[in-house]
Amino acid sequence: MNEDDPNVVVRVGGEAGEGTITLGDLFTRIAAHAGLEVYTYRTYPSSIKGGQVLYQTRLGSERVLSEGDDADLLVAMNALAWAESRHDLKRDGLLLYDPDALDAPSIAAERAWPLPATQLARKLDWPRGKNIVMVGALTWLFGLPLEEAKAILRQRLGHYPDVLPHNLEAMEAGYAYAREHYPDRLPCRLPLPDAPEERLLLSGADALALGALAAGCRFYAGYPITPATPVMEALAKYLPAFGGSFVQAEDEIAAINMVVGASFAGRPAMTATSGPGLSLMIETLGMASMAEVPVVVVDVQRGGPSTGLPTKTSQGDLFLALYGGHGDAPRFVLAPDSVKDSYYEMINAFSLAEHYQMPVIVLSDQAMAARLETIPYPDREGLEWCEHLTRRIPDAKSLEKDYRRYRQTEDGISPMALPGMPGGMYTAESLEHDEYGHPTQAPRVHAAMMAKRARKVETARQRLVGWKAAARRWGTRGAPFGVMGWGSTRGAVREAMHIIGKERIPLEALYPHTLLPMPDRAIGDFLHGKKSILIPELNFSSQFARMIEHRYYRQLEEEGIHVYMLPKEEGRPFKVREIVQAIIEMVEAEGGAL
Amino acid sequence: MTKLKASHYRSSVKPIWCPGCGDFAVLSSLMRALANLGIPPEQVAVASGIGCSSRFPAFIRTYGFHGIHGRPLPLATGIKLGNPALTVVAVGGDGDGFSIGGGHFPHAARRDIELTYLVMDNSIYGMTKGQPSPTSPQGTKRKASPYGSLEAPLNPVLMALAYGATFVARAFSGQVKQLTAIIEAALQHPGFAFVDILSPCVTFFDTYDHYRRITQPLPDDHDPADLAAAMTRAQSVEPLYLGIFRQVEGPGYARRMAKLQEAAPEMTLDALMAAFRR
Repeated sequence: MNEDDPNVVVRVGGEAGEGTITLGDLFTRIAAHAGLEVYTYRTYPSSIKGGQVLYQTRLGSERVLSEGDDADLLVAMNALAWAESRHDLKRDGLLLYDPDALDAPSIAAERAWPLPATQLARKLDWPRGKNIVMVGALTWLFGLPLEEAKAILRQRLGHYPDVLPHNLEAMEAGYAYAREHYPDRLPCRLPLPDAPEERLLLSGADALALGALAAGCRFYAGYPITPATPVMEALAKYLPAFGGSFVQAEDEIAAINMVVGASFAGRPAMTATSGPGLSLMIETLGMASMAEVPVVVVDVQRGGPSTGLPTKTSQGDLFLALYGGHGDAPRFVLAPDSVKDSYYEMINAFSLAEHYQMPVIVLSDQAMAARLETIPYPDREGLEWCEHLTRRIPDAKSLEKDYRRYRQTEDGISPMALPGMPGGMYTAESLEHDEYGHPTQAPRVHAAMMAKRARKVETARQRLVGWKAAARRWGTRGAPFGVMGWGSTRGAVREAMHIIGKERIPLEALYPHTLLPMPDRAIGDFLHGKKSILIPELNFSSQFARMIEHRYYRQLEEEGIHVYMLPKEEGRPFKVREIVQAIIEMVEAEGGAL
Repeated sequence: MTKLKASHYRSSVKPIWCPGCGDFAVLSSLMRALANLGIPPEQVAVASGIGCSSRFPAFIRTYGFHGIHGRPLPLATGIKLGNPALTVVAVGGDGDGFSIGGGHFPHAARRDIELTYLVMDNSIYGMTKGQPSPTSPQGTKRKASPYGSLEAPLNPVLMALAYGATFVARAFSGQVKQLTAIIEAALQHPGFAFVDILSPCVTFFDTYDHYRRITQPLPDDHDPADLAAAMTRAQSVEPLYLGIFRQVEGPGYARRMAKLQEAAPEMTLDALMAAFRR
């Protein structure tokens, strides 16, 4: 536990299918309810039962920035949990273990606390409840209120009424055992606030779904795919109550075509998928770009290529999102960098899609979508665009004569008639077409239409100037060393910079939220005066760093700015210490901080 | 309001089809059927895929979407759910619908999505100049099948029946009156309506005479609610029956969705957010 930033890392390890995720999830919710800030990370195998699950929760008195590297408390529900995670236990960390699953762990006796979850559960004739016994024990050990823990249990597992009484008993049994054997509770526990701040407890997937609803999304079609399915499940549940429609499509190609169709008919529409699904959708996204139909696609990235690592995190789809597809098909690409930002970027995504009549791809990832986080209530901050960016619909008068769906305009945006509007009849055309939407192969028309569609991205780029939410910049203004990145790596980078800050290395970071269009002025300004920048990202080939090198090569060369790439493609997020080490190595290679 | 005529639906774009192509008859039949039913052009959306027949939307003055190969059904499904008040028609060829897009056909049928699917079935790939299609007879010799095609043809009517489509018909471009009547019935059907239209390609596979010889109307006593009878008659190759094989009322996807929306408790974004309070 850290004096100035009190937080504690609890890692739970156990067999998949034995309620290990439920254990971590319930404990996290109970702690959050008691007023602590939470931030979780989960990794699980690509199977229904069997394999190892790891659920890490970091609790804090202040907002937590990352899931943390090493554990203050390791909860081992099986032997593998100890074998796998023993080296990630802090020097003074504790092991809480089920003695039925783990025999005499090689750790000092005072640091190994047995909690006979299996036996207690068996005694209740409810052997499946050993995970809930452990939740009860953790509730005591962290000084969390039992009654409220039970209320959360009822709320989360109440849909199995026949087993609820057993689970409540199991929770009480774990709590009672821990109280009797560990009366002093855990030394690393955090004080509970008297008056907790108002917080939402959201997963990244929840935040994406809520952001979509807030943005006016009223149609979703999707195909199940890990790890994007929770977005679909949330919208399947909520859309009807908002007057929206939902389809579980027969495949991803069908899903994206339904989304295009619904949007063509006037309804803000989206889908969510992961890498393999995005690959399947690429042809249709090109069509949406060509026919100028607003659509939003969330890509919850997972390890690739091919089927890859379905349940593990990655940032390997950047190039696919930016460049995927044949021909030059303009689109927007956004990258939320936290659970909270996932909410906002969905609103921005719909604003951009609707206003510019173009596909928008939002890049999330497994780690960010699956994690639970306490976030402040969303406000209007960072939403300058969505207030006035809507779809441009022609008025009845302008439809009376010579309506041209794809009219050439200065900003590239042509008012879009909706089916049902008299006089607006046109064909949305996937072939190259003239202003009326009539197919043509005339070289000049093709050139002019290519320019028109591309102009919309340029119009948006101009508007990005001065839009502070286009990129997040923090640290020591004008520092000689920088970190650039995108998406969910930001938490670890923030925390690493906090640590480095104590070493008095001047450091500054920039995380663009719009990757297409790039906020060029913000990036140019950030790069100016830098000696070097580090670019950490969770993919094999340093896709973002290559893009930065390619796009800003002139400035990098003229100013002599060195780019240090830090790719990692293991299916796991960065540890804070990996970032710290890379920054120190960069600074040393550049001849030191001063 | 003046009475609608087929000419009200005529677009300024001239069809690219070869003179004599069966698709002309489908175009004029759809225009006539819409006019007969008094559906104003702006209330109609026609979605298509890729191929000769898929160029259709440009030639009719309604809303339209000329999409990508094989996807008119999901596109049309989205349009219908986006605005359920519209009359939605999906059009395409046999290659578009039964080969590249074959995966969507059963699902549109089992959803009973309220739209009309007109397949202009010429048993050949016309736009790419004459390769065998999923409904070409086995042994069809073309440049891409110089020794004769090895696959057996699909039976679209039998497929649609097996998929549970609530309206299944076969028509022929050479019999425009019946074609128009069938399209009219399909447009009025409150669910997924499929019409397999034998629409010969005069350039690469002229089947007019062949179909004139082997087609005949379904018997007068054919009961469109009798699935077994429909399936038996759908299997007949000679005579090849024309008419409405099946017509029953289904639940309709858009209607079911509307019921879900009506039944859902009143919800605001603030109330939903509050449910996520820690």
